[in-house]
Amino acid sequence: MLEVRNLRKEFGDFVAVDEVTFSLPAQGSLAIVGESGSGKTTTARMIAGLETPSGGHIAVAGAEPAPGRPRSRARRARGRQIQMVFQDPYSSLDRHQRVGDAVAEAVALHQDLPAVRRRARVAELLDLVGLDDRQARSLPKALSGGQRQRVAIARALAAEPRVLILDEAIAALDVSIQAQILALLARLRTETGTALLFITHDLGAVRYVSEEVLVMQAGRVVEHGPVATVLDDPQAPYTRRLIDSIPKPGWKPRRRGDKGAD
Amino acid sequence: MSTPPLLRIDALGIDLPVDGEPRTVVHRVDLGIPEGAAVALVGESGSGKSLTARSVLGLLPRGAHVHGEVLFAGESVPRMRPERLRTFRASEVAMVFQDPRAHINPARGIGDFLIEGLTTARGVPAAEASRKVTAILREVGIPDADRRMRQRPHELSGGLLQRVMIAAALAAEPRLLLADEPTTALDVTTQEEVMAIIGEARRARGLAMLFITHDLELAAAVCDRVPVMYAGTTVEELPADRLRGRASHPYTRALLASRPSVSDAGAELRSIPGRPLSGFEVPDGCAFSDRCPHVRDLCRNERPEPGGFVEDGTAACHFPHPLTSEETGSHA
Amino acid sequence: MTTAPLTRTTTGRTKRTRPRDRLTLGAGCVVALFVLLAVFGPLLAPHDPNAVDPVNVYAGPSATHLLGTDDTGRDLLSRLIAGTRASLAAPAVVVVVSTVLGTLLALTAAWSGGWLDRLVSGALDIVFGFPGLIMAVLVAAVFGAGLTAPVVALSIAYLPLITRVVRAAAIKERNLPYVSALQLLGAPTARIWLRHLLPNLLPLVLVQATIGFGYALLDVAAISFLGLGDQPPDPEWGLMVSNGAPSILSGLPQQSLYAGIAILIVVVAFNLLGTGLSRRLLGENA
Repeated sequence: MLEVRNLRKEFGDFVAVDEVTFSLPAQGSLAIVGESGSGKTTTARMIAGLETPSGGHIAVAGAEPAPGRPRSRARRARGRQIQMVFQDPYSSLDRHQRVGDAVAEAVALHQDLPAVRRRARVAELLDLVGLDDRQARSLPKALSGGQRQRVAIARALAAEPRVLILDEAIAALDVSIQAQILALLARLRTETGTALLFITHDLGAVRYVSEEVLVMQAGRVVEHGPVATVLDDPQAPYTRRLIDSIPKPGWKPRRRGDKGAD
Repeated sequence: MSTPPLLRIDALGIDLPVDGEPRTVVHRVDLGIPEGAAVALVGESGSGKSLTARSVLGLLPRGAHVHGEVLFAGESVPRMRPERLRTFRASEVAMVFQDPRAHINPARGIGDFLIEGLTTARGVPAAEASRKVTAILREVGIPDADRRMRQRPHELSGGLLQRVMIAAALAAEPRLLLADEPTTALDVTTQEEVMAIIGEARRARGLAMLFITHDLELAAAVCDRVPVMYAGTTVEELPADRLRGRASHPYTRALLASRPSVSDAGAELRSIPGRPLSGFEVPDGCAFSDRCPHVRDLCRNERPEPGGFVEDGTAACHFPHPLTSEETGSHA
Repeated sequence: MTTAPLTRTTTGRTKRTRPRDRLTLGAGCVVALFVLLAVFGPLLAPHDPNAVDPVNVYAGPSATHLLGTDDTGRDLLSRLIAGTRASLAAPAVVVVVSTVLGTLLALTAAWSGGWLDRLVSGALDIVFGFPGLIMAVLVAAVFGAGLTAPVVALSIAYLPLITRVVRAAAIKERNLPYVSALQLLGAPTARIWLRHLLPNLLPLVLVQATIGFGYALLDVAAISFLGLGDQPPDPEWGLMVSNGAPSILSGLPQQSLYAGIAILIVVVAFNLLGTGLSRRLLGENA
């Protein structure tokens, strides 16, 4: 479904993403894990078309996007292939737009439906992510972070994308809400068949959404494999370090090689 | 249990103006920190954990009304006069915040920031202050102290800046360290470093800590006791090593079950329905009643008082340690 | 002038109006009153503003002439009322033209970024370097008296005032993820501008325009005062101040004084309204 080959991004002299290669099968789920500065978000933004790669290839369903700024018809066609949910639930919705209208706008851009059927489609999408009619009529500020993130997911699904990118989409949420969104994502995959590209810093969450994981450090892929293998038997020292630094029963924080010199 | 605790919070309640009207945002917080011990106050957004920490410093927003008692070494913090409050904040408690960048003047050097606290608030001569600060920076894992002290905040990474904040807190030689989500904005590997540094510094000094966090696992790993807050109330308080398995409040148990685990392959993620409430939104009965899987009529009508159900712990719940179906069967 | 964060917007009803809100409301009423006068002034004036009465020059306040008469016996109140339209119309044109052009320029620069943004910013810096009033005076001197040339000059001079602030806010707005989300959905750029960016920037634009109006009124009055704008015998406040100036030395300041007070009231009212709106629409720290 999604093929990424030797993807590269330079900002001046700085190499943010260096030779990243992976593929995401139809209805699959791949997680990209990394800390700040690992290049995971830049990778996601290049795949979504929000950033121009310095090199490499991205193909969605076999087709590479045309270079340059696409016209809006081409953008809509691309929108039916890839959608993205952003980290900050507060600014990823227009604060002056009722959330139901935001979803309706997305539906209208992709399906030429009569008003009645469009309303039904909006209700269906909101129901899919667990929001009701009253919430649909609210402005974003009246909703909690988790509810806003559900709206953002519903809006993205309006385009019926083949790939949904989630860029740290649960990082800003409360723990009890994170679990709700993870459960929602798992359900969406089976119900809509959308492939997921799950960008996160949280290795713990990966097991619940993805089969395959890519660990990135400083722009490079340091480990790539099935989630269970990577989490239970990490090969790269960096992956081991990441796993070891997550608090768990019996865990005591230790200083490991000072990064104090950066 | 013979020595009185360094910090004792007794039935603390806080009213704040919300949209111009006084509303109760913290209903009831009880906790105690013995000299040298670490207590983690765990809660989600709106739980009132940060307000509780601020009440320890006497740093509540304008218009706040405090009930109950906050005793530091037997002295009431809410009743401190402004003069006493100043010396108290300068020398007995120190705070480390989630966002160090917001608390260090961006236009001035790191050295000025660190040394100023010692020379102005405590009257330490400049040369001695500089020596002391250099030593503490080395201790928190910043070896090239001289270079760092000449730098500005924007030249340092978040992890380094948080170490600077910790150094500043330690330089004041406090008896209690307040750490409000000090690692939430940091990467996990940096979080481990920072927590290790705080732990070492605490052990070296016998320094007590009130650690504010949303992360139960982290709380249990670095603290001795864990009070859990929900919607302005400490719903459970127990020793950190009993958190897993011995937690008896449904909220604590739900929170533990909703956290994704790296290590546990078979674990099922159970999410709590609904969203965390703020203190001023809670219904008449138990604050957790509308999300609790074990709710009964009593829970909706009457607010539970904290009581001792587990050995060495309390829970504010009418039906603590929810019984499994077999247990209920044998009970009836 | 800072680029106020647009995160806090009209949260709507507050239960009690605070003193500052009452001040804003008062300023709004004064502004509304003068706008009404500008529209209906000629109908409301008790006398013909240009009717000369050689017998009644420099008359004091009386039942027929509430504010007295000027050096040629014209009714001062009627002249002030009739002059409202001329005094407010020119700055209104300046503000409308500079606001519309400036907002478009700001959005274009913020949206495209890169060289276009640098070009717009550079050009604005150059315009900002010229004192607007002096530019208007020069233009008037070259093209002859009359308000058209100075109004065009002032409209250009006021561009940076609006464009800089709106551009900074538009860049912030444009970088918010909801705009990226709309782009990913394939929303046409025009739709993103009209349905999302402009409505969200409107409160800021409104505040800037309101504050700009006060300045523009002062500048236009100054041009008329110098004899380069409206010409006698038209009643215009700046012109009235200059007309009345010679008699101030004779102890008869009323013409200049009343026209000056009218200018002062309108300028202060617009400024208070602007800061009040900014507080209400853009948040406390605006």
